[in-house]
Formats: sequence, structure tokens, C-alpha cells
Amino acid sequence: MLNWTLFFSQLFNGLVLGALLALISSGLTIIYGTLGVLNLAHGAMFMLGGYAGYVAYHASGSFMLAVITATLFMLVFGVLLERLIIRHFYDRPDEDQLLVTFGLGICIVETVRYFFSSMTKTVSPPSLFSGITSLGGVMFPTYRLALIGIVAVALLALYLVLYRTRLGLIVRAGIEDSVMVDSLGINVYRVFMVVFGIGSMAAGFAGIVNAPVVSLTPGMGETILVQTFVVVVIGGVGSFPGAVLGGLIAGEIISITSMIDPAYSYIMLFAAMTLVLVFRPHGLLGKKGRE
Amino acid sequence: MNFGKFFMQRRYLIEILTAICLIAAPFVLPHFNAAPNTVNRILVWGLFGIGFDILFGYTGLLSFGQSAFYGTGGFVAAYLLTQAGFPYVVLALIIGMVAAAIVGYLIGLLALRSTGIYFAMITVAIAEIFFFVEFNPLSAWTGGENGLPGVPSPTLDLGFKIIHFSFGWSLYPFLAFIYFIGIVIALRIVRSPVGAILTAIRENPLRAAAVGHNVQGYKLTAFVVAAAYAGLAGGLLGVMQAFMPPDAFMFDTSGQLVMQTAIGGRATLFGPLVGAAVWLFLQDFLQSTLGLGATWKLVLGVVFVLLVVFLRQGIIGGIKDLFEFVMSRVAGQAKLSTASSGVSTESQQTTAATNVHQKSIPMRPHHPVPDNFSGPILQVTGLTKHYGGVLANTDIDFTVNQGELRGIIGPNGAGKSTFFKMLTCEVTPSSGKILFEGRDITGMGVTEVCQLGLTKSYQVNQLFNSLTVRQNLIISALAELRGKFRLDMLSSLSNVPGLDEHVEHTLELVNLTGRADTAVSELAYGEKRRLEVGLALASSPSLLLLDEPLAGMSPQERGETVTLLKSISQGRTMIIIDHDMDALFELAERITVLQEGRVLVEGTPDEIKGNAKVQEAYLGGVVHEEIKP
Repeated sequence: MLNWTLFFSQLFNGLVLGALLALISSGLTIIYGTLGVLNLAHGAMFMLGGYAGYVAYHASGSFMLAVITATLFMLVFGVLLERLIIRHFYDRPDEDQLLVTFGLGICIVETVRYFFSSMTKTVSPPSLFSGITSLGGVMFPTYRLALIGIVAVALLALYLVLYRTRLGLIVRAGIEDSVMVDSLGINVYRVFMVVFGIGSMAAGFAGIVNAPVVSLTPGMGETILVQTFVVVVIGGVGSFPGAVLGGLIAGEIISITSMIDPAYSYIMLFAAMTLVLVFRPHGLLGKKGRE
Repeated sequence: MNFGKFFMQRRYLIEILTAICLIAAPFVLPHFNAAPNTVNRILVWGLFGIGFDILFGYTGLLSFGQSAFYGTGGFVAAYLLTQAGFPYVVLALIIGMVAAAIVGYLIGLLALRSTGIYFAMITVAIAEIFFFVEFNPLSAWTGGENGLPGVPSPTLDLGFKIIHFSFGWSLYPFLAFIYFIGIVIALRIVRSPVGAILTAIRENPLRAAAVGHNVQGYKLTAFVVAAAYAGLAGGLLGVMQAFMPPDAFMFDTSGQLVMQTAIGGRATLFGPLVGAAVWLFLQDFLQSTLGLGATWKLVLGVVFVLLVVFLRQGIIGGIKDLFEFVMSRVAGQAKLSTASSGVSTESQQTTAATNVHQKSIPMRPHHPVPDNFSGPILQVTGLTKHYGGVLANTDIDFTVNQGELRGIIGPNGAGKSTFFKMLTCEVTPSSGKILFEGRDITGMGVTEVCQLGLTKSYQVNQLFNSLTVRQNLIISALAELRGKFRLDMLSSLSNVPGLDEHVEHTLELVNLTGRADTAVSELAYGEKRRLEVGLALASSPSLLLLDEPLAGMSPQERGETVTLLKSISQGRTMIIIDHDMDALFELAERITVLQEGRVLVEGTPDEIKGNAKVQEAYLGGVVHEEIKP
């Protein structure tokens, strides 16, 4: 029989995973939507954010400081990467963009492996959120509860930036037609740089706030990258609401299936993606022509 | 001298060189301290990569999911040989390959629904799913994380002696032989009509479909071929290691394949082999000689990024460029010495081309017209297209008779191009009906309509940019001569009956004979424009639509093109959209004027010239009123 306690607990875990996926995928989807570059190094950036936070955490002992450091570090990292390498690929074919970001991902992963070895690293949750909370008779690690709140705030912040600021307006216009934005006299390359920075920051932020829940390994980004792709395909390329919706759907599918048999979680996720592809080839909230 | 041509024009040169290298390898390589296992591994990666290069390098589909087929082929073969007690190694390898091809077909049906970025993402997801399936639900068959140990190696019974290909140099001949067969088949595929079409799909899938090729079918073909090569290579991996490792299914396998192909050079077939050699030797060198341990992958990652940034076409591409550079220097010096002897070759070509043009006979359309059909070639009723609230075309009735040359004019935004797109079925009408030679073509695809004999040249050039003029026309002619889909993958391009004459004829018609072997990127604008018309013409349409063929041309080019259009209109029905009214009034027998998506008026050029409504449409009401009083 269905174990309701377990079910609720998994439903909740799905929400945590879904929120995280939503955050990482929004980074990926706005980068793709605006720059037209599918960042295959996105998973590695998620991982790098975690390690940057890990270093700051062990230097300062403050989780808060770790989050801030990791986020800022990833913003700078993203901006630099765009300036130094990605920029030269806007005029080159899609395949070259995929190849270079794929190679960069490997460089990031292997650099981290070089400095931190393949051994797992852990970051403890802040003392404020340690321990267990009981919610209607179901026990949850407090930090996981807090994590939903933290990620929700981050998503809200991203939403406000995208939908309530001048920059956000330009970015959304750029997703529809970056050539037009450029010809309106807006320096679209500067916007690209900022967008890549924000996308990288979103991945890095997700990496550090997720660190207390999992243990850090250099290869952790790969699984996340694949899940992120599925999220983006389900939600629709270039759509921020799509990324959020897709993230939550994917998170719940993985969690609920894992409760029954973890082996099938990926298969169910793939099945969901297939259904979306067959019935809505542009994703649930995507628009034709963006891909 | 072109590098590719140098090798391609000498029959079997590549095959013979490959055979020589493969035979020489076991005698030469040991002197360089090459471990036989590394050499074998390179061959397996190289074979795996041949199929991938056809998919990625030639067709332009970058898949990160090849590990799925590599693993499938490998595990099917290994399961048969270890668990099912199947005794024939080679047959098991073939069954594994077929299994991978079937899986490839099914996955391809799904993954190829999408293009570009979506395709890449989906293939990544597929690779990951296969890994999980192999690991968990199917672990009873695949051994899960333990893999399948004890894969036997092949033997060859000569009657008097049994040769056992066990491992190391003893296994090498077996792998080398399979690699050789693999490369021979791949070279045939690449030189076949299918190979040419795959390249066209990479260059411009839209146009490949518009000239009448079933793009989806050919993409799927490339996908299945790649899966088959992957499956065979996967099976060989098990044989080589006497063990089928589960990590064959890992995403890393796909990633390594992509990187090796890019390092070696895409669209070369040998790129993956070169890439694998660089990769594996560098790995050995960095790991054991320099003692870098796990850091080798970082070094390779950096090397890879640098290569992608600076040497786009990989190592073989770099050698090609160097070869062509040297050859052009040699040729340049030779040219200098002959230059003083009189007329330059270029002007000779031009005069030759003009002469040919004068005496050229128009190419007749040869599409079967439905029996007993004698009505108008095109009959359009009530054609309407709206985008949301915007009406592009409203209730257009339009009839063109057999052999007519019709002009369509109208101010910008009159809906002329949308009208054309509906006629060629690129755009589905919101309502209305299109009858072509009495057949209802409404809602058909652009490929089918082109095969029926209705095609158009585009307003903005849609050419296969990295191909030569001749290759461009070959692509179009192939659709005309072979139909929209045919799997003559092992037959040479020169075996297509009538191809050469057809292409030469089209070259003459559009006056590009002298430029036949020039790459499109080096053509002047007017020449590109003529090639654009040529692409449409090469499919021998009975109804040819031309969307602004004169746009952007100099007055002199316009004059030439009008002559050209006159000559191709013989025996053919044509509809021309253009803003050059003088040209259209000279060419067309009847003119239709569109305004704001409706037919304003239709008549002979003289009627149109004198029509008040037309003057008003073009010059505005104010001028008209000034004339009135």
C-alpha cells in the first residue's frame, strides 16, 4: 500500500529538487534565449559555485558569507568567460558553440578535481536551519524547508530583474530578437555579457545553497546538466516561466518515481520529455521559432 | 588545387593508402613504442567515429548520445557471446550492429523531430537514460555495474589451420580489416548521391527540402548509419577487452567521441581516427611519461578548447589548409610565368560562357501531367492567410494558363511573397484552395510540390554556401532525377543517369558554365542570383515561381537576366514577382497587381500601365487627384 508519510516526504523533496532545477534552468534558458548559446558548461558552473562556497565557508566559518562569495565569484567568472571566449563564438555555427562550452565544462571540472581531488566535500547547513522540523507529523530536515524559501526568493529576484527592470526588458526583447535590439541602438554585446553573468550566478547560487544537502564532487554537474536540459525541453527554450514550471514537474517526477523504484526515475523523466516533444514540440510554455 | 579533389579524383587512392597504412602499422609502430592495445583502441574509436562523422561532419547533426548505440551494440553482442552461448563472434557483432541500428532508427524518429540546440539536448538526455536503463532495469542481462566478462575473441578457420585473433597485435588484423571495410563503405556513402544530399542538409536544410529532397528521411538515414557504426564498434570493444564494460554507455563516451572528432577534423572520415590517436597517445604520454596522473584530462580539455577556438577544422583541416596554401603558391608561380603569353583565362571563360549561352536550347520540363488534363496549370480560389489579426492575403482568386508568363507587382507589403509561399506550400493557407495541374496541392509539403513540378527561386538567396556552383546544381538535379528519397548510398554520384548533362545544361542556361567549380562564397552577387534561379530551374519545374529575381542587380545585370528569363520561359509556365516594372512589362504577357493582400487588377501590360487604380496604388491618391482636374 502507499505509504502516505513517505509520499508526502517525497513530494516535498521533489519540491526542493524542482525549485533548484528551476533556478539552474532559468540561468541556462535566459543565456540560450538571449545569446543563442547553449551553455554545456552550465552543470560545471553549478558545481564550481558549490566549491567556491566551500572554500569561503572553510575560510570564514560563515554559511552566509559562503553564499555571498560564491554568488559574486560566479558572476565575475561568467562575465570573464563571456568576454574571453564565448564572445568569439556568436558568429560561429551552433556546433562550435556546443563544442567550446563542452570543452570549457571539462576544463572547469578537471581544474576543480586537480585542486580538490575527487573526494567528496561537505558544507554544513547554517546553525539557524540545522536540525529537524516536524510538519503535520512528517519529519523534515529544517535546512531543506529553508532551501525552498531561499530558492523561491532567488527565483523571485530573478523574476523582478527580468520583468521589472530596464535590463530585464532588454533581455526579454533580446530573447525575441537580439538583432532588432541591437539596431535600436542598445549595445547588445554588453547585455549579453551581463546575461551570461546572471546565468552563471544563478547556477553558482544554486550550487552553494544546495551544498549542505548533498556532498560536493567535481562530477556532480553532469547529472544536473542533463536534468536541466530535460527541464528546458519540457518548459520551452527561452522561457523563464517555462523553466520554473519544467523544473517543478521534473523535480516531482524524479522524487515520486524514486519512492517506487529509483531505477525508473530517469525513465519517467524521459517519458515526460517525450510526451511534451510529441504533443508540444516547443515545450509547454515555449514559442515557435525560439530554438 | 583543392585538397579534397586531389584525393577524390584519383579512384581508390584513399582506399589504397588506407590499406597500406593499416598493413604497415604493426611493422612500423612498435619502433615508436606504441602499445598494441592502444593501437587497437584507436581503431575501435576510429570506427565508432566514422559513423559519427557522417552524422556530425557531413550532415551537421551534433549528437551527444552516441554512447547509447555504442553500448547497445556492445551489450547485445557480448550478451549473445557470454550468456546465450552463441558461438559465432562475427555474427554476434553483426547482430549487435543491427540492434544498434534499429534502436537508432526508433530514437532518431523522436530526436530528429527537433533541430539544432533541441536535438543536441535530447541526445544528451537519451545517452543518460540508456546508461540508467543498462545499469538498473536491465542489469540481469547486462551485468549492471559489473559488465559482462569473458567475451571471446574471433577465430578464422582456414581448413588446414585455425587462426586465433586473441589480443594485442594478434587481434590487430581483425580490427584493421573491419576498420578498412568500414572506411571503404563510408567513402562510398560520402561519394554517393545520398552523401551529396547530406552535405546539402548541413549547409541549408530549408533549401534541400525546397528543391525536393525528403530531408527528414535522409537525416534519419545518417542517424541510423551512425548508430550502426557505433553498435559495431561497441561490439569490438567487448571483443578487444574480453570484457564489456558498463561505462561504454556513459555520457563521457559520447563526449570523448565528439572531442576526438573535433580534434582530428570533422567531415573527413579519418578525423576521429586521428583524434583518437592524439587523445590516447597524449593520455599515455601525460599519464605515464610526465606522471601527471589524473590531470591529463585537464590538459586535453585545454588543448580541445584551443583547437575549437583556433583550428576550426581540426588537425586534418589544418593539414588541408596548409596543402592548399602550398599548392596555390606553386600554382601562382606557374600562372605568373604564363601570364605574359596573352589573354587571361578569366576573360576567355567569360566569352566562352556567353557564346554557349547564345546557342543553348531551353531545358524542357518533364514532369508527368495527370492524364487528360487540359485546364489552367494553376488555379487558386479564395486563398487567405492571416497571422493573428494581420491579413497577409485575402480571398485571392488567381488562374495561370499553360505556357503563360505572368508578372505580379504590388507595393511593399502587398502580400506577394506570402502568396508565393502558399503556392509552394511553405506556408499553409488559412483558407482557400490551390489546384496545380488539376491536383489539389493545398496542405502538401514544399518537397512534394517540388516533386510535382512547382518550385520557386527565393527573394533572399538560399544557396548551399560552402559548395561549388556545380555541386549546388547537382543537389537540385538529384531531386529531379532520383525523386525525393532513395537509398542509393553505395552507388557513385556519376552513376546517376543524365546527371552530368542535366547540370551542364542548367549551368549553360543560367550562364555560369565558366564559374562551375567556384565556391558560392566567392561569387559576385549577380552570379549568386543567377545560381538561385538555377537551383529552381535544375528541378525542371513545369511551373516556376521567381521571387524578385532582379532585386539588387545593376542595370547591366538586369538586362542580362531579363534575356536569361526570356530564354528559360520557353516551354515553361512562369510567374515572376518583381519591382522592376519595365522589365516585367517587357517579359510578361499578363500582369496581376496585388495591393494590401488582395488582387487589385489583372490585365495585359498596356492595360495595367493605363489603369487608374494601379497608378493610385503606386503613386498615392494625391497625385491622382492632381491629374484629375
